[in-house]
Amino acid sequence: MSGTVPNSPAGAPPRGPRETIFEIGSPESTCVTAPDLDVPDVDLAQVMGGAVRTAPPRLPHVTELEIMRHYAHLAEMNFGVDSGFYPLGSCTMKYNPRVNEDTCRLEGFTGLHPYQPAQTVQGALELMYGLAQALGEISGLPGVTLQPAAGAHGELTALMIFRAAHESAGDPRRKVVIPDTAHGTNPATVTMCGYETVTIPSDGNGLVDMDALRSVLDTDVAAFMLTNPNTLGLFDPNILRITDAVHEVGALAYCDGANLNAIMGISRPGDMGFDAMHINLHKTFSTPHGGGGPGAGPVCVTEALSRYLPGPVAVSFDDGTFGLDWPDASIGRVRSFHGNFGVLVRAYTYLRAIGASGVREAAEQAVLSANYLKARLNGVFDVPYDRGCMHEFVLSGARLKRETGVRTLDVAKRLLDHGFHPPTVYFPLLVEEALMIEPTETEPLSALDSFADALIAIVDEARSNPDLVRGAPYTTPVRRLDEARAARTPDLRWRPSSA
Amino acid sequence: MAHPNDRVYSEEHEWVVAEGDTAIIGISHFAQDQLGEVVYVDLPSVGDEVIAGETFGEIESVKSVSELYSPVSGEIVEVNEALGDSPETVNADPHGEGWMIKVKMEDASQVDGLMSAEEYDEFVAQG
Amino acid sequence: MLARVGVEAVDELFADVPEQVRFMGALGLPGPMSEVDLVRHLRDLSAANVPATQLVSFAGAGIYDHHVPSVVDHILRRPEFFTAYTPYQPEVSQGTLQAIYEYQTMICELTGMDASNASMYDGATAFVEAALMACRVLRRSSVVVAGTAHPEWLETLETYAASGLVEVRVEESHDGVCDPERMRALCDETTAALLVSSPNFFGNLEDLAGLGAVAREAGALFVVAANPIMLGVMAPPADFGADIVVGEGQPLGGSMSFGGPGLGFFACREAHIRQMPGRLVGRTVDADGNDAFVLTLSTREQHIRREKATSNICSNHALNALAAGAYLAAVGAEGMIGIARACVAKAHYLRDALLATGRFKAPWNHPFAHEFALVYEGDASQMHDEMLSRGYLAGVLLEAPDGRDLVLFAVTEKRTRSEIDAFVEEVASL
Repeated sequence: MSGTVPNSPAGAPPRGPRETIFEIGSPESTCVTAPDLDVPDVDLAQVMGGAVRTAPPRLPHVTELEIMRHYAHLAEMNFGVDSGFYPLGSCTMKYNPRVNEDTCRLEGFTGLHPYQPAQTVQGALELMYGLAQALGEISGLPGVTLQPAAGAHGELTALMIFRAAHESAGDPRRKVVIPDTAHGTNPATVTMCGYETVTIPSDGNGLVDMDALRSVLDTDVAAFMLTNPNTLGLFDPNILRITDAVHEVGALAYCDGANLNAIMGISRPGDMGFDAMHINLHKTFSTPHGGGGPGAGPVCVTEALSRYLPGPVAVSFDDGTFGLDWPDASIGRVRSFHGNFGVLVRAYTYLRAIGASGVREAAEQAVLSANYLKARLNGVFDVPYDRGCMHEFVLSGARLKRETGVRTLDVAKRLLDHGFHPPTVYFPLLVEEALMIEPTETEPLSALDSFADALIAIVDEARSNPDLVRGAPYTTPVRRLDEARAARTPDLRWRPSSA
Repeated sequence: MAHPNDRVYSEEHEWVVAEGDTAIIGISHFAQDQLGEVVYVDLPSVGDEVIAGETFGEIESVKSVSELYSPVSGEIVEVNEALGDSPETVNADPHGEGWMIKVKMEDASQVDGLMSAEEYDEFVAQG
Repeated sequence: MLARVGVEAVDELFADVPEQVRFMGALGLPGPMSEVDLVRHLRDLSAANVPATQLVSFAGAGIYDHHVPSVVDHILRRPEFFTAYTPYQPEVSQGTLQAIYEYQTMICELTGMDASNASMYDGATAFVEAALMACRVLRRSSVVVAGTAHPEWLETLETYAASGLVEVRVEESHDGVCDPERMRALCDETTAALLVSSPNFFGNLEDLAGLGAVAREAGALFVVAANPIMLGVMAPPADFGADIVVGEGQPLGGSMSFGGPGLGFFACREAHIRQMPGRLVGRTVDADGNDAFVLTLSTREQHIRREKATSNICSNHALNALAAGAYLAAVGAEGMIGIARACVAKAHYLRDALLATGRFKAPWNHPFAHEFALVYEGDASQMHDEMLSRGYLAGVLLEAPDGRDLVLFAVTEKRTRSEIDAFVEEVASL
């Protein structure tokens, strides 16, 4: 970059990376010490059969202040929903209400051991039971497991349930069909469940191509996995024909619930003919993404499939108490203990806060915000599948790239200089130079307008000074990274010699 | 850029230089350009069999994986081990130091069906 | 907004949703709540529980009541960490990325392995992923598993195995530890890995040297599940030839939280990193040549390799990994050794005292760390209930391999000598 190119509209000075925690402090620094030993000491080598450590692990030597400053600096290099608009398509980066963070930290929740007797965990079981009931109601699929730790884990759980149902009917099958707009987790899950993926192309409107679907449906197909609304943000108006066609060959229909935020309270996947779906509590139900997790991916299934759910599930008894039970034909456990309980508390808190009316209002506002933003950006970028969108929409930067050489990646990086987190880019795969934008219902109109203004300004920059955009970002803690170097010579841990 | 005419090309973007019954195989300049920065090449071992039209390995850029298809059938007699430490050679010199495997062909006439440089350039231009 | 979109009512935006699938009823959910009422309701639910942390608890069995230093939750409450998504835009995610890089380093230090991933859901799923990874590395189809591993991990493995991806052979005829010879008898040319937990579910330490030799002989990978706190004083599994080390990381700064979210840690040797599941953070440089961190080796993962990915996992337990890193930084090596030593000493103290009451018998006498099982001479369930009413969580009730009732006791550094003495006195008086 030439030094004369203006660096940024609003430039805070870059905050560089800092030393790792292993390089700060001093050998005598300590923070938290072990309690004084009030019982007779033991000879570790003797009681542990000789398998004792000879050299201590090389852990940091820091004081409490040094730890807090270290992590404060790391935090300042991060961008979260609280930092600014975060329109990541398919990720539903809505605001994470703070009351959730308080309720999930009540000691009556955090202090529970998973093997405590049922009479000491009635509140926890009631909460789980209530959350499962609510998710069953919203999905229209009454059998619910809260066990899965994430969306992908939920997908796998559902396919395992499908497998068990087919096998117990004496009809094992080999294939699972997915459309080309599917998230990568769908085919990866298919493999992990021992099935073979069959991918079908979308039709000219970005929807399921009924002919293509029918041509692959046969009695060897175990399931069809569909995200509805799909990853282009489109609700498939043929949905009943689709699930009918799937059921006609004895296959089951799976709804990837990544986009539930668009339709909750408005349309229920169970009513669309789906047999199972997963719900991302960290998307639709406001639990924080945590920089990658933990989330939770409950699975909802039809009454008929309920007997295959993984256990244990929270149940209510006639005397008003709650317990844990195993469905009679359960696939077994998909993880340890009772699910990501801390995440369940947050989601339950959110659902109780917004109530039935809030569920529907959230979806309506999310869809309105997406359509508004799409209207503001239509023409600035191309809209390859231009029909009414749901909670997200996909733009193409192909024309901009052709005309200016500026790619979608460059636009995304330049957005960082404007103070916005970029949308999801280069997905779905069938849109060239894709930008997938999901504003969510929690953003005010002013945020949507500023974001649209920023994208318009960046397109202008791309035309007048493409190198400026191609060199972005300038104001972030670090500049663009040498990702090829990271992959060619992996440096995955700190070593004293690499300091 | 025109591709060198001292070799033949497959529709899967591999090139072949035949020396007697030995085929030297790599990927074309066009292919490496499409991939972007190559970060890893997964190649088979000497002694493995390859079959024309089937995969013999994988090549990775930062955010993509592509399969490598053998244009010929036969036994692998040499593998370019240097690509393990410096996969970037595939970008820098795809038609030379970036070669991948040498195959002892069952039938040297297999290469006759492949494209000339001129035909390949045209094939690439048509997208 | 409606005008700009060109519609008169929000309902028009849902034109693609066919009438037949419109939900016209009222959702069977309660109405919205004010924050005051909401907090009261959640407090009521919370109060309907008796948390182990308010009892004198000896419950372990996979989730442990260790002290969580204050700094940990203060770090977790930074919204820049918890409201961020996966660090796909490294320029504005250096905090998450560097924290994970540091976490990966600490896991390598504890386990002795070359590389750690950014974490998995929990110990059980990390255990399963290790079995699947071993099958990929060796292109083999079965695993031999010690029946002394956590029963829920074994159940999880069996559930995944029903998909036909891996054949699971469990050595179930143990007497508190697994016998390398019996494990050897289950191995054949299809065996991709030996999976062993040490300390095992019963708290006992396995013969890792002997089991590692069996794995090597079978040409299989050696997968060891470890307790991260005990790794402060135990020889790292790498010393016994482990190829993959996994475990439940909850003891590292995680609350018990009814068992979740946990932290599946997962580490392996460098030779196998391209077959590893999950995210990895690496260090590189930015355009100005400064050090910077980024998700790397992503071609292993589902968003790129799709049906050929090493796993379908698309997340990690980043916040739990952040907590683990902060925890390990706060206690340091010295603190960790002190904590592990305290747990081991107190567990041995409790066991000796319980045996001295004559009300308990030892089902076996293997070396153990901070957890042990005893047979109660009487109705264990009644004892457990009675002690609960007196403010004690008297371990976890189990069934021994021979059908006898066992009580599994875990002791952490939080238990004091006076609590232990009082517990022993009361239980002896029943």
